Amino acid sequence: MSLTSTEADGAQIVTVNADRIDAAMAIQFKEDMRSETESGPDRVILDLSLVQFIDSSGLGAIVAAMKQLGRDRRLDLAGPTPMVEKVFRLTRMDTIFTLYDSLNDAVGANKT
Amino acid sequence: MAETFAYSFRATEQTARSCISAVMEWLRGIDLPAERAGDVQIALTEAVNNIVEHAYADTLGGEISIQCDLSPKILKIRIVDTGPPLPDDELPAGLPADISGPLETLPEGGFGWHLIRELTSRLHYERQLDRNLLSLFFEMPAKPIG
Repeated sequence: MSLTSTEADGAQIVTVNADRIDAAMAIQFKEDMRSETESGPDRVILDLSLVQFIDSSGLGAIVAAMKQLGRDRRLDLAGPTPMVEKVFRLTRMDTIFTLYDSLNDAVGANKT
Repeated sequence: MAETFAYSFRATEQTARSCISAVMEWLRGIDLPAERAGDVQIALTEAVNNIVEHAYADTLGGEISIQCDLSPKILKIRIVDTGPPLPDDELPAGLPADISGPLETLPEGGFGWHLIRELTSRLHYERQLDRNLLSLFFEMPAKPIG
């Protein structure tokens, strides 16, 4: 599992450099998210624009990553591809997370 | 004319992934619109994951067989395993996971059957001797005439 991390406008951007988050990599993803976000800004943006496919295990791992951040920090999602967006919509997880069409939109939303 | 595709494998998360890639490769050859192909990929992945994680939870490398049959109007995917039957020999209701609670109680699983039910046109399950037969049906989008 490959995650890279940068900061922009006071938010941490974690990019998933993989075309899928599935059952075979969900545990690794959760652990890598924990180490990437152990400290840092309160707002974390997960850039999903390279992820073409996610299954329920991958979705669960993203939920776990949000829970790991605790109540004082937040996890927003950027750039979901059509299948990723569909899984979030069908499970109604799109009502729990804020999904931004692109990373630019997500970063821009910080400037309020 | 019906087109078919069959694939059998000893189930692990990795071989499950290869199987689904093979099915998707076959689907690309039959010109299915991307969105419907995506539905098939998600539902099939969830169904196979269920077998790997539940039916074969205590079995290393149990066998899974997949048979796809395409007719003009419907794609049927039958998945066979030799694990224990589904609870009460029935398909789970597949209700949406409860996401109404606070952050700490948000579900990290239990999405699978709901996704399968949402994405398929119809589902059929039967226990036959020592085998589980699960069939996923996907209605095909109407093709323009001409």
